[in-house]
Amino acid sequence: MDNIEKRILEEVLDMHDKMPEGAMNIRLNGEAAERHSTANIDITSRPDGSGININIKPHTKKQTCCIPVVISKTGYKESVINEFFVGEDCDVVIVAGCGIHNCGDQESQHDGLHKFTIGKGSRVKYIERHYGEAADGKTGSRIMSPKTEIYLDEDSVMEMESTQIKGIDSTKRETRAVVGKNAKLILKERLLTNGEQFAESRMDAELVGEGSSADLISRSVATEDSRISFISNIEGKAPCHGHTECDAIIAGNAKVLAVPALDAVDPDAELIHEAAIGKVAGEQLIKLETLGLPREEAEQAILEGFLK
Amino acid sequence: MISIKNLSYGVDDEQGKKDILQDIDLEIPDDCFAVITGPNGGGKSTLAKILAGVLTPQKGSIVFDGQDITGMSITDRARAGISYAFQQPVRFKGIEVIDLLRLASGDKALSIGEACEYLSEVGLCARDYIKREVDASLSGGELKRIEIASVLARKSKLAIFDEPEAGIDLWSFNNLIEVFRHIKQSTHGSIIIISHQERILEIADTIIVIENGRIIKQGRKDDILPDILGTASAVGECSVKTQKRAKA
Ligand SMILES: Nc1ncnc2c1ncn2[C@@H]1O[C@H](COP(=O)(O)OP(=O)(O)OP(=O)(O)O)[C@@H](O)[C@H]1O
Ligand SMILES: [Mg+2]
Repeated sequence: MDNIEKRILEEVLDMHDKMPEGAMNIRLNGEAAERHSTANIDITSRPDGSGININIKPHTKKQTCCIPVVISKTGYKESVINEFFVGEDCDVVIVAGCGIHNCGDQESQHDGLHKFTIGKGSRVKYIERHYGEAADGKTGSRIMSPKTEIYLDEDSVMEMESTQIKGIDSTKRETRAVVGKNAKLILKERLLTNGEQFAESRMDAELVGEGSSADLISRSVATEDSRISFISNIEGKAPCHGHTECDAIIAGNAKVLAVPALDAVDPDAELIHEAAIGKVAGEQLIKLETLGLPREEAEQAILEGFLK
Repeated sequence: MISIKNLSYGVDDEQGKKDILQDIDLEIPDDCFAVITGPNGGGKSTLAKILAGVLTPQKGSIVFDGQDITGMSITDRARAGISYAFQQPVRFKGIEVIDLLRLASGDKALSIGEACEYLSEVGLCARDYIKREVDASLSGGELKRIEIASVLARKSKLAIFDEPEAGIDLWSFNNLIEVFRHIKQSTHGSIIIISHQERILEIADTIIVIENGRIIKQGRKDDILPDILGTASAVGECSVKTQKRAKA
């Protein structure tokens, strides 16, 4: 890996000089640059070559699995399927994400499908970061369309945090989950767009088990001429709790569309949605100005906090 | 020192022009602890906002430490040494108490220890609050104290507090009085507090009474206080007026 690729990897893993421990698979321009399994977490190539399978043994506790993707070639396009099988009674952290450094003028694109089957009573924290940049003076765009499918068995918990803060020109993100009895789904998303970027995010949660719950939270900032669409849908097919929240700040000519949908199929489903879109509040700017910050710095501090 | 000359402020509403402050003349020297009081809607907060640069007066001038600041932005006034604790503090999603104190002190590297001192001064157990977000999860009184701490962290020459006691429980109120005594001793600038509380009026050097947009009384505490106690301008902790209202 060269220095640019290492730096991109650091952005995606949000690490500071030290590589994280645990199971690891680094995909660099379509090849496995590094792979190691552990006693409990086994990473293998899918027989059809479409990606990798990650098997996590039952009762695996406090372990981490990182599977970052780095693309540094211009004009490189790929579509990958990675599948996670998490056994019963696990407690693991999974870090994934993709960083694109486009060194030329052609489009680079990464489309990925991540499937999770989460066993009874297991807890998974899934962190996904997306980052893109173009080499100085180059125009090649960065496109990512991540899909996530999640199946939650009884009493399991999935907490997913996805972040896309910089440099992705176009993204279509789809997250679907089927939530079983007493299982819990938490999806948190942070999005920042600028320039002419476009981001669409769809979240679908199907609450099929009694006592299941879903919390879908999106925070986004759209600046300049960018656009964001957020479409969430919760179907309550059992006595369950669902909550979806979209909070967006717009600046410049940016546009945000929020479409939260609730479908209480079961009469005992309790579903709530909240959506708020607006500029940075004037009084927040004023408060920070009274602390001595110029307006632009005040706005920056507010947006940084909001997306933290 | 801050001096205000011939200042007026009005807004346009449905019935035409509405005067909110008229012909305000006021001088607050260094080392002075001034308390502004007066009935609700009198124009006290409006005056505070004009001093901080949040509102622009139609008429008059403001001179701070020899510099005419009438046309200065909020940011420039803050940098010149004016700070302002809001009557209704602003909430921020995602910004933590430590972040706010760092912004206020102008020191990005302000240590947790130093930040905690400001919180302790306003009676908050620092450890519990330093990483809390300044958002809707804070209670009214907690938010109000953090607002005061943010002004303490600025160490500015002129500090304006708009009803700092509002929402603060009685027990902490005693400590708050101590905080103001302390600021009064340690800064050589001036402090302006807008308040309805007798006990804050008692520690003032100067009291200013604003009613219907005008200064109706102004002078040394000893001259003004006996005059206004028992009127609607100041409500003591167990004033008869409050009790009557409670019974009615
Ligand atoms: N934008 C506005 N439009 C119309 N009226 C306004 C506006 N801003 C302030 N006022 C009025 O100006 C008057 C003074 O308001 P201000 O907030 O300064 O009062 P105050 O003395 O601080 O009162 P309190 O003790 O209740 O805090 C009030 O009658 C208020 O309704
Ligand atoms: Mg007021």
